[in-house]
Order: sequence, then C-alpha cells, then structure tokens
Amino acid sequence: MAIESLKYASPDTETKIEAKVFPRPSQHTAGIVDWLTTIDHKKIGLMYGMAALFFLLVGGIEALLIRSQLWSHNMEVLTNREYNQMFTMHGTTMVFLVIMPLSAAFFNYLMPLQIGARDVAFPRMNALSLWCFVSGGIILNLSWFFTGGSPAIGWFGYAPLTDTRFAEVLGDMGPDFWIFSLQMLGLASLLASFNFITTIINMRAPGMTMMRMPVFTWMTLIVSFLIILAFPAITIALVELMFDRTYGTNFYDFLEGGKPHLWQHLFWIFGHPEVYILILPAMGIVSEVIPVFSRKPLFGYGLVIFSGAIIGFMGFAVWSHHMFTTGMGVVATSAFSILTMLIAIPTGVKIFNWIGTMWDGRIRFDTPMLFALGFITMFMIGGFTGIMHSSVPIDAQHQDSYFVVAHFHYVLIGGALFGLFCGFYFWLPKMTGRMLNEKLGKLVFTLMFIGFNLTFFPMHYLGMIGQPRRTHSYNEGHGFETWNQIATIGSFILGIGIAIGVYQFVSAFFNKRLKPAGKNPWDARTLEWTLSSPVKEYNFARNPIIKARDQAWENNYGPKENHSQKEPLDDHGVHMPDRSWYPLLTAIGLFVMVIGMLFHASIDASGELVRNYTVAIAGGVVSTVGIIMWSLEGPAGYHLFPKEKEE
Amino acid sequence: MSDAAAHALDHHEPVTSTGIPNKKVLMWAFLGSDCMFFGTLISTHLIYRKISATVGGNFLDIRDVFDIELTSFSTFILLASSLFMALAVSAIHKGNLTSTRWMLFGTIIFGAIFLACQVYEFTHFVYAPGNELTLSSYRGEPHVFGSTFYVLTGTHGTHVAIGVFWLIGWLVYSFTGKMSTSDAMDVECCGLYWHFVDIVWIIIFPVVYLMEYAF
Repeated sequence: MAIESLKYASPDTETKIEAKVFPRPSQHTAGIVDWLTTIDHKKIGLMYGMAALFFLLVGGIEALLIRSQLWSHNMEVLTNREYNQMFTMHGTTMVFLVIMPLSAAFFNYLMPLQIGARDVAFPRMNALSLWCFVSGGIILNLSWFFTGGSPAIGWFGYAPLTDTRFAEVLGDMGPDFWIFSLQMLGLASLLASFNFITTIINMRAPGMTMMRMPVFTWMTLIVSFLIILAFPAITIALVELMFDRTYGTNFYDFLEGGKPHLWQHLFWIFGHPEVYILILPAMGIVSEVIPVFSRKPLFGYGLVIFSGAIIGFMGFAVWSHHMFTTGMGVVATSAFSILTMLIAIPTGVKIFNWIGTMWDGRIRFDTPMLFALGFITMFMIGGFTGIMHSSVPIDAQHQDSYFVVAHFHYVLIGGALFGLFCGFYFWLPKMTGRMLNEKLGKLVFTLMFIGFNLTFFPMHYLGMIGQPRRTHSYNEGHGFETWNQIATIGSFILGIGIAIGVYQFVSAFFNKRLKPAGKNPWDARTLEWTLSSPVKEYNFARNPIIKARDQAWENNYGPKENHSQKEPLDDHGVHMPDRSWYPLLTAIGLFVMVIGMLFHASIDASGELVRNYTVAIAGGVVSTVGIIMWSLEGPAGYHLFPKEKEE
Repeated sequence: MSDAAAHALDHHEPVTSTGIPNKKVLMWAFLGSDCMFFGTLISTHLIYRKISATVGGNFLDIRDVFDIELTSFSTFILLASSLFMALAVSAIHKGNLTSTRWMLFGTIIFGAIFLACQVYEFTHFVYAPGNELTLSSYRGEPHVFGSTFYVLTGTHGTHVAIGVFWLIGWLVYSFTGKMSTSDAMDVECCGLYWHFVDIVWIIIFPVVYLMEYAF
C-alpha cells in the first residue's frame, strides 16, 4: 500500500503509556516483526492458514506411512508401536492442526469483511489465539523426541490406554504431550470463538441485519457457539486425565474405582459437536460458492441457516452414537439412535437447497465450483454411511472396522477438506490479488477426486469383509490385499494432488506472473468483493451502509434503492490500532509453563519422586506479566485518511 | 489534527450493533462457556458419588470427613462478598472513588477468607487422623471421592483466586489516579465474573456438601 498517497496523522503521544518494556510497533513496521506483532485479522488469518497447510503435509506424510504399512499382509514398514503412534498423530493433527485452523483462517480473514467491520472485536486476543495454536502444534510434535515418542493412544485417547501403568514404554510421555497440546489448542479455539461471537453480534455495519449476513458468517457464528460450549467438556476431561497421570487421582482408573466409560462420554460430548465444528465451515463456504457459479441467489437462505443452527444444536444430543457397543442400555441407545437419524433431516435440507440453487442456473465449472460439487457428492456418501451407523445393529457390525474409516474420511476429506480447498480457490484471488492457474487447479481437483475415491471407497468393502481399523497388520488369506493396494495407490495420488494444491496456494502469494484478480473476478455476491484485492489494511475506506443481502451483486445488478451507501469519513479518519508484542509474550509464557509442567517430575538418586515447578511457575509469571502489560498498554494507534476509491 | 486524533482515542468505545459493549458480550460468552466447565466437573462428581461409596468393603460416610459448620461459614462469607462487589460496581458508576476502593477492599478480604477456609479445609481433610481423604484414597484405600471432590472444589477455588487477583489489580489501579467512571464497564465485567463464581458455589454447596446430609 502506498503510504504516501494517504493523508497521515501522527499518533497522539499523550495517550501512549509512558513506560513500556516492549513499545507497540507502529504502522511503519515491516518484515518479521510485523508478522510477529500484527493484530490485523487478515494477516492472522493468513498465518493460521499457512501453519495449517504445513501441518496438512505433516499429517499427510503420516497417512502415507500408514497406507504403505497396509500395502500387503504382514508388512514391516512400521513397527506395531510406530503404527499406533502414526494413526494417533495423523488423527490429532488432521482434526486439531489442519481442519479446525483452516476453518479459523477463513473465519479470521473473511468474517469481518463480510459484515463490514474493520477488524474483529478484540484484535490482540485474536493474535493470542494464533500463537496458542502455533505453540499447541509445536508441543504435540515435540513428543517425537522424548521418552516413548509420540502418543500411541488414538486421537480419542481412550482410558485405560492413557493409564501410566499400562504404558508400553516406561515413563511414556506421549500422552502428556497430547494432553497439554490439546489444552493449548482448546484455549486457542476458545479465544478465537469468543472473539468471533462478539464481532458478529456487535460489529456489523449499519444495515447489516442478521438475516442479511452471508451464510459463511452465519456458520462462523454457529461454529463459534459450538466451540465455546463443546470444548469445556474435553478441557475438563483432559484436566482429570492429567491429574490421573500426574497426581494419582482415580477418575479413569478402573483398578481403583474409576470408570473408563466416563472418559468416552466426556470425550464424545465434545467429540460429536466437534464433527460439526469441522463440517459447518465447509458448508458455509460451499453455500457461498454455489450461488456465485450458478449465477442465482442461494435457494432458501433462511432455511440453510436454520438447518445449520439445528445441526449445531442437535449435535449436542447425539454423542453416544459413538458408543453403541459399550452397553449403555436399551433406552439410551434407542434415544441416541433416533436423534442421530433425525439429524440427517437438516443436513438433507441443506443438500437440497444447494441442488435447488444450481437448478436452472447458469453453471460455470471453474475450480471452486468443481470442489463445491465434489463436496456435495462426497459428503453425501459420507452422510449416507452415517445414517447407516445410526442404526444400532448395523453400527455394532461396523464398529472398529474399515467401514467406519471410510465413513469419516468421506465426511472429513470429501466434505471438510474439499470445502476448504474450494474456499482457497474461491478467495485466494481476494487474498493475494492474483488469479490462480485454472488448468493447475483442475488438475489438482482431478487428482484429489480420483485419489480420494480410490483410497476410501474400497475401505467400505474392506470393512464389510472384516478388516479391523487401528490394527498394525493383517494375515494372508483374508483377501484384504488387493483392495488395500488400490487404496494405497489412491492415497499417493491424493497426496500428490494435495501437495500440488498447497504449492499452488503458497506460490500465489509470490508468483508475480499470475493474472491480477481485480475487485470481483468471479462476479461474486457478498460484501468482501466490493473491496480491492488484496484487501487494504483498513478494509473499508468508508463504513458501508448495507441495503440488501448479497450486497456486491445488488450494487452491480440490483435496483438503485438496494445499492450500498458509504458513511462519510469524519475528521478523525480511520483509527488503526498499533501492533503489540504482548499476545506473543503471553503465548510464549504459556508455552514455557506447559514445558515446565511436562518435565516437572523426576526421580532423584535415592529413587524418590521429585517435583520441581520452577520452569512452570516462571512461564506462568511471564504470561501473567504479559497480560498485565497488555491491559496497561492502552489503545494507542494511528489514523489513516484513505480516499474513497482506495478500498 | 492531533487534537482531533486525541479526541477519537479518548472516546475509544465504539458504537456497537446491539448497544451492549463488546467486553460485556465477551464476558457473557465466557460465562456461558464456564458453565459447561463446571457442568462437566459437577456431573463427574455426581456420577461417582454413589458408584464409589464403598472403601475396602466399608461404606464411606463422607460426613465423617466434612466440617459442615466451617463450610457453611465460608459459603456465607462468599455470598456476602457479592454484596460488596455489587456496591463497588454501583460506586464506580457514580464516580465515587473512595467508596469503590472500600467495597473492592471488602470483596477482596471476603474472597481471601473464603480461600483461607478452603485451604484449611483441604489440609484438614488430607491429614485428618484416621479419616485421611486424599486425591487418590480414603483411609489409605483407593477411592474416587477425593479425586472428584478436590478437583471440583479446587477448580472453583482457582476461579475465586483469579477473581481476587483481578480485584487487587483494580484496587491498585484506583490509587494511580487514572480510575474514573469510564472504567465502570470494565469493573462491571469483573463483577459479572465474581457473581458467576458465587453462583457456581451456590450450586456446589448443596450438591457436594448438603446432599450428603439429606440422601
């Protein structure tokens, strides 16, 4: 951005706090310090996205190792324990370090633009959320280097696998790393969600009523509510597990009166809403993309949103369908079975609305649309097998077989990941200012679509003929080999597709030969497309006054009274907040505290257990100081006076 | 221009869509989430309460451990602290700094008394001769009651402690000369948190303590 073109007012010195350890970097900061101290929702969103894409590759490599191990009977690519570690890390990484942060990246970047806000309600808290996510990812992957290696307990960490006495390796630290990284990631998600809820409820532009908000923003709101209500269950479950492992409590210790079953309940009370936390953002993205490429407004806008809310609400009442085989009794099992079947209705409503949107539309098959269509079809297959599982007798047969693996990968790759890739192809022109290469995009889609179906469709059959999941190897003579080999070949095709896709996304930020995108390359509908690409740091040069749903479309094609207007800029200009070091400092403090907690216990020469909390307390002090300084550093900031056409 | 800038920065609270300040919405969202934290802990306690009533073949009568008079006293103290908190919020809204200071001080003291009672209670339970209730055992036998009891009431105690530190922060701030009615909303958020922690105790006290005497 050309600073020279802007009339610039110096920050007022009086409002700045005089004594500061780390002064707030001002608007001229650039380079690495800019990225470390930024509180701009767009930059935070990009960092979320880039970190998540990195973890996507890490989790993908883990998946390919699993598939290599299963190439044929009795393979020895991985040992038994390595295999267990690999599927644990693959699951945890993909759920908490890939799909959730990729969704968070889109929430961060797009939601304020879609409601006409200049930033989220609490920009520094948003930065803290990012750094907590990054340290959570680091903590999880640090586990490889310490006693016992990474956790080998499955992504759900069922008791008593987490019991210290049953550890395969004496003093196994894997589960501890897993517990603390999940706590950090939970904190990151909670902070972000409080922020998004406040932003959507409170910072909409004038005229942006709730029922004019884009569907993606609605899904952001619903998912944020799901996160703040579902994450406490796992946070407490993990606290209890930490006490079990560290201080000898008996919550899940069946030898001393605890009930491992309780862990399953607490985990899935979180875990099932989590499924909707993963899929609803992708549904939001697809609900934005399909109308644009069908050149029609979304069919049944209100019903799509209402269905999303119902899915979110009912998501809290179906958790026990993950536990049908634990013997909960006939009444509980039947109730959860019926509720699970019911949840298919709002999901089906959404699918019919997308089809209704495309019906009679002028469909363009650009890459985002291909991914959206891939999403609908693949997600439907995952949904159908999901409805099958709601039936208790069928579920009892499918439990822990490859059929279940096929089911949730159809939902999470065919659903969530295709939806997120659709979002990248759709919005990267807005984020980078450059059009992506269509041919390469279509190649990525083809590779991913073929690879994905080759990998996971045979797993339905493998599960039906009895291949158990989470099992290191299989013997000759079951007839598993052929389909496993097809799946493995497919997984490498899928991996190549994803790798090219990630390369394409990252290179779009650097490749100057790509075509410039302009404001609205897709002739899209929502408010963010009225802004320049990439979006300026202040988002809106003038506050927009919203007159209709699909404001960008109405501005281009709608009647005059539906065109958005702009509030005049008053003589204060646009107030921009300064950057801050304190979110990063607070997150570093928390990271040190976690490391201190992980390594606080040791055995001294006489065989006594010694607890040393120095590092943990030091970390706690650092983050407390960070929070105090944060609250004292005051608003500060500077003012910009952009011209009206510079947005 | 810098005068105009200063003006804008002084009036930092933006106009919101609902008219409710952002921080207050944030606090309510957090409290909604915190309900689920305590809901999980209380459920855990209730689930295990009956299941694990026997120790080494003997029935555990937790009334042998509890000191209900002390806990009733500390409950009363915690509830009374809410009155001080409400008065502190009211005083800062009216700009009465002296009164705010005293009411904050009262809240802190009562919160601290509650915490002291809890520390005494925990110590007393762990070292009660013949009746030791630890995190993992009762009378030396493995047991779950101690686990759920200490983690639940300990989490609540942690909440009270955080609240006390927050209030101390306000008390210190009130002596810097910068505190004014413009801070009223922030104090009110602190008050929301404090009242919430009280309300949680109103649930914990009957469910964890009194119920042992009724059923």
